[in-house]
Amino acid sequence: MQRSTSEFKHQAEVALQDVTLQRAMAKAKGGFVDKRRVAVARLPEFEQIRAEAKAIKEHTLAHLDYYLDQFERKVLESGGQVHWARTAEQACSAVLAIIGGSGKQVLKGKSMVSEEIGLNAAMERAGHTVVETDLGEYIIQLADEPPSHIIAPAVHKTRDQITALFHAEHEKYGLTELVTETEDIVNEARQVLRTKFLSSDVGITGANFLIAETGSTVIVTNEGNGDLTQILPRIHIVTASIEKVVPSLDDMTVLLRLLARSATGQEMSSYNTLSTGPRRADDQDGPEEFHVVIVDNGRSEMLGNEFHDMLRCIRCGACLNHCPVYSAIGGHAYGWVYPGPMGSVLTPLMIGLENARDLPNACTLNGRCGEVCPMSIPLPDMLRTLRFKEHERKLSNARARWALKAWGWLAQRPGLYQAVTGVMTAVLGRIGARAGRFRSLPLASGWTQVRDLPAPQGATFQRLWRKRQ
Amino acid sequence: MSSARDEIFARIRRSLRRNAALEAPPVHRSQAPESNVRPRLENDPVECFVEKLHIAAGTVDRVTAISDVVQATADYLARHALEPRLVVAEHLLIKQLTWPAEWKIHTGPATGEDHIGVGAAFAGVAETGTLVMLSGADNPTTLNFLPDDHIVVVSALQIVAHLEDAWRLLRDSVATMPRTVNLITGPSRTADVEQTIQLGAHGPRRLHVILIED
Repeated sequence: MQRSTSEFKHQAEVALQDVTLQRAMAKAKGGFVDKRRVAVARLPEFEQIRAEAKAIKEHTLAHLDYYLDQFERKVLESGGQVHWARTAEQACSAVLAIIGGSGKQVLKGKSMVSEEIGLNAAMERAGHTVVETDLGEYIIQLADEPPSHIIAPAVHKTRDQITALFHAEHEKYGLTELVTETEDIVNEARQVLRTKFLSSDVGITGANFLIAETGSTVIVTNEGNGDLTQILPRIHIVTASIEKVVPSLDDMTVLLRLLARSATGQEMSSYNTLSTGPRRADDQDGPEEFHVVIVDNGRSEMLGNEFHDMLRCIRCGACLNHCPVYSAIGGHAYGWVYPGPMGSVLTPLMIGLENARDLPNACTLNGRCGEVCPMSIPLPDMLRTLRFKEHERKLSNARARWALKAWGWLAQRPGLYQAVTGVMTAVLGRIGARAGRFRSLPLASGWTQVRDLPAPQGATFQRLWRKRQ
Repeated sequence: MSSARDEIFARIRRSLRRNAALEAPPVHRSQAPESNVRPRLENDPVECFVEKLHIAAGTVDRVTAISDVVQATADYLARHALEPRLVVAEHLLIKQLTWPAEWKIHTGPATGEDHIGVGAAFAGVAETGTLVMLSGADNPTTLNFLPDDHIVVVSALQIVAHLEDAWRLLRDSVATMPRTVNLITGPSRTADVEQTIQLGAHGPRRLHVILIED
C-alpha cells in the first residue's frame, strides 16, 4: 500500500482497526519501556552522563565544519574516500558511481539515512540486487514494506506473518518446511543470508557515529549482520548524515553509555564496530575499498534555527517507545521514513510542513518523549512550534483558526471574558449536571465526534480562585 | 560550479554565522578525556568483567596459566559436543600453544566452513563485560563473526575498568587505528521476531572467554 504523510488521519484510523497490527503492537509495548527503565535505574550517573552528552553534541554542532573537515582528513589518511551529498539525489548518485556497472549484489546493513534518501529504489533502478541483512529489515524487504520503527523495523509484524512470508519466499532455496518457532525462523534467515554474505560485491552500512579524531565510522548492532556486510565484500560504503560526527573516541564513549540503554535496555549492544579505511597491507580480510558518503539533506539549514536541538538525536527510538500515539497506530501511519515524536519533528522539516501538517498534531503533549530523550531534545516544544507555524501559515483547520481568533479577541477583554465564560459555565454546568459530560455539542462536533466533553463543575476558575483568597 | 562539499560547508558556516574556517582547533573537553563521568564499578574490575559478560550471555573459564588454554578449549568442545576443527588467530598469545596433534587447526581468515574460531583480545572492559578486538595479520576480523562458536583468550592483566582506559591503551600502543576495532559484548542476538531475544542471529551463537589469571 502506498502511504503518504498527507493521509495521516485516514492511515491512523485504518491502523487502529487493523487487528493484526494491534496484536503486534501490544506485544512490543511494555518491553522497550520496562527494559529501558531498569537499565537507567542501574546507572546512578545517568543524569550526569546525559548532561555530558548534550554538551558534547552542542560543542560539535557549534564547530561542525571543523570536525567534518578533520574527519575527512583522517579518512583520506587511512586510505578511504569521502563523498559529499547535499541532497538525496546526490547521495544516491554517489553510491551508484562507487558501485559501478549493473547487476551487482549489494548487501545492506541497517541504515535510516539510506531509507531517507531512497537508496534501495535507486540501486534497483540501476539494475542491482539489494539484500537487506538485518533480520527485521530482511523481513520487511520480503514484505515490500518500509520500516515502522527506527530500531525495530519489523515491530509491526506478528510471528505468524513472518512464518507465512518465509514459507512463500524461501521455497526457491528449497526450504519448504513451515517454520513457526522464533528460533527456527531466525535460523532459516541465518541460513539464507549466510550464502548472500559470502557472495556479494558491495556492502553498505550506516553509521551511528563518525569519529573526527580517527576517521572511523561506527555501527552499533546486535546481530552481527553489519559486520559481515562490511568485512566480506570487496567494497564497503558507509552512508551517514553530517550530524553524526563527534570529536573523539572518548566522546563516543559517553554517547554509547546512553544509546543502548535508551534503545533496548542493554548496557552495551553486542557489537560496536569502528571501521577506519580499507584493509591494511598485511590484513588477511576486510574490504579493499572504503567510502563514506556524507549526506546533508537539509540538516545544515536546521543548524542554529529553532529546530537545531533535533540535530542531537542519536536515533535510539526511546521517544517512539514512550509515545501513546505511536504505540496505538504504529509507524506506517505516519507515512514517511521517521515515525513517532522525532519523526513528527523531522518529517515536516525534510519534506515541507505543508506536506505533513497532521504530524505535529499527532501528539497529546504528555511530554514523555522529552523526558526519556537521552539527548534532552525538547520534542514537545518543537512540536508546539510546528503547530504555531501551521497556524501562522494558515495550514491548520480554518474553523480552529477562527475559534482561536475569537477566543483571542475575547481574552483581551477581561471583563467581557469573565462575563461570557461565567454565563457559559453556569449554563453548560446546569445542562450537563446529570450526565456529567456532553456526547455532542453544536459548533464542537470536531471534539465530540471522537470523545466526550466533561461538563463544567459549578463556577469558572477565576471565580473559584477569588473565593479562596 | 561549486562542489557539494563547498556548498555544505558554506551552508554550515552561514548557519553558524561564521564566514571562514576556524583558525585554531576549538577548545573541547576531549583534550582532557579524564573528564568523562565514569560509571562506578561495584566490584574489582576482573570480577566486574566476568559478571557483566555473564549478563550479556557470554561464558567464562578462569585458568591460571597460558598453557591451560588448550585444556580449557578441549573442555569447551566436549561440553558442546563439538568436533576439534578450529580456525585460530596467529596472535602471540595463541601461537605459543601446542594443540593436540589430532585436532584440525588452520590459521588465516575464517571461511563459511569454519565452526569454531579462537582469537585474542586487546583488552577487556569491566564496565560492560566488553572485549576489544583489533583486526590485523594476527587477528582476522572474520574470526569474530563467521564461526558459530567464538572463543577469546584474554589475560586478567588486560582487563581495564572503563572504555576510556582501553582507548588510552590503544593510543599508546598503535600509531594508527587498525582497519577494524570490534567491541564485542556477548554473542550475536536479535529481537526482531516479536521482541523475543534469540541468540545466534548472524554472528556467533556462543561467546566463550578464557581468562588467564597468573
